[in-house]
Amino acid sequence: MREFIRIASGQGYWGDRFDAPIDQVREGPIDYLMMDYLAEVTMSIMQKQKSRDPNLGYAKDFIRLMEVLLPDLVEKNVKLITNAGGVNPVACMIAVREIAERKGYGGLRLAAVYGDDILNYLDALIASGNELKNMETGESIQTIRNRIRSANVYFGARPVVEALEQGAQIIITGRVTDTGLTLAPMIHEFGWKWDEWDKLAAGIIGGHINECGAQASGGNFLAGWKEVPKMERIGFPIVEAYPDGTLIITKHESLGGLVDVRTVKEQLVYELGDPKEYITPDVVADFTSIRLKQVGENRVKVFDVKGAPFTEFYKVSVSYFDGFTCIGQLTYAWPDALEKAKKADEIIRKRIEYLGLTFEEIHTEFLGYNACHGTTAPPVPDPNEVVFLIGVRGNNKKDMEKFANEIVPLVLTGPPTVTGFGGGRPRVREVIAYWPALLKKEEVAPKVLTISVI
Amino acid sequence: MKVQLIKLAHARSGDKGDTANVGIIALKPEYYEILKKEVTPERVKAHFGEMVKGPVQRFEMPNIDALNFLLHNALGGGGTTTLKHDAQGKTISTALLRMEIDVPDDLAIF
Repeated sequence: MREFIRIASGQGYWGDRFDAPIDQVREGPIDYLMMDYLAEVTMSIMQKQKSRDPNLGYAKDFIRLMEVLLPDLVEKNVKLITNAGGVNPVACMIAVREIAERKGYGGLRLAAVYGDDILNYLDALIASGNELKNMETGESIQTIRNRIRSANVYFGARPVVEALEQGAQIIITGRVTDTGLTLAPMIHEFGWKWDEWDKLAAGIIGGHINECGAQASGGNFLAGWKEVPKMERIGFPIVEAYPDGTLIITKHESLGGLVDVRTVKEQLVYELGDPKEYITPDVVADFTSIRLKQVGENRVKVFDVKGAPFTEFYKVSVSYFDGFTCIGQLTYAWPDALEKAKKADEIIRKRIEYLGLTFEEIHTEFLGYNACHGTTAPPVPDPNEVVFLIGVRGNNKKDMEKFANEIVPLVLTGPPTVTGFGGGRPRVREVIAYWPALLKKEEVAPKVLTISVI
Repeated sequence: MKVQLIKLAHARSGDKGDTANVGIIALKPEYYEILKKEVTPERVKAHFGEMVKGPVQRFEMPNIDALNFLLHNALGGGGTTTLKHDAQGKTISTALLRMEIDVPDDLAIF
């Protein structure tokens, strides 16, 4: 057994810095690279792409990355685990195989983890008594049934461990939890048992620290962002994991960024619910058990983590069409910038009424004044400029388009010294909403397909 | 004396559906008990007023000198539905740190 393994974070979400994973592989030793590409809304975008072309439905940026990075991974024997497969992990794997064949990496083992996509089985699942009701509101799924765009189960580390055991070096998954991508190599390397709850929970904490990329290593760091070196080439976090479940959070020395107890704490509380019950498919982790200690420059030890048995459910993420939104904006300059923006708001609202447009919601914000902090922010006397933002939400697309036509005319018909209309008419966007639900684990099984490059 | 929370804590916020979470972390371990006493769910709810339509829940994390708050129905429907500029509640962290709390007059604040 290895004394420890290094699991590097390479991507916090689809659209994160492209060269971060390249730096992780080239700037120092790592054993595993994990990359998270998926968010709730991502799955519906990918499902749409797949419906147009059955060979699509995954993060295409990942293929672009593989063109550059695959030679390094092969040369350094770094294993890659990513959920870039989206709603079509097998097609994504085949695209990587094509690159590997072209570059001559015969024998390289690739794996796809799938089976999480339950869109085509929803009716059967519902018919056999799975309610899939909304976890937050308790509503029946029938209220959105004919508007569903994607439905995926969140798998944990198990199928990834299976792929590692089959010798795969590049593992491309569908909806595997972000934390599972980091936990899996620890189970594989250290032979942890599936009921060693404390160790599994430690791996999940490592996953939570890795899953948002540089947010654990100096990015979005409130307590000390001014102290963070070289943010233009910030080093993403690396979890150094030990067989007993102890972790050291660190980063490559040559890169920018900062890892200290404060950066790790800020990431620990990110998107956290009840800290005693951080539920994952493999274990329930207790965030109130975590202990942290600075053990060197850019090195934080994470230890004493406690865990409890998993629940009998998988979480399911369903996305569905939920109408349209359109947000327009204009910028008003001194003097009386706020008053002008408020006048513009009044005019647009009267125009909406005059034209007989109906919306479920009309929402105004004054950017540069109180858009972020609302009523908690003190008044700003005489701001230099204010951005007027007005958004509408509703189901009538024609009304949306008419609203979109109402913004730019204000430049010549409304209050003076106005700019910021360069983008022209604002875009009418489809709303894809998110429906969280639970599904009994026995209803669905992950699948692993491993292939060798010829 | 009264001080703004930002003198005593740092924070990060995020979203889960229409619920925003804000974790506030004591800048010094000795501030944690003050935060625990002063930053109650009731006062957080009052601080945000109309901005938070649902209840406020608080969870204690003494191991990292932190309190985690869940602000329900705070994101205008959340994620992709909301019309709010800060759709994911990323800046609610410092909105909470604007809150004023009572601290002992002799408290050393750096």
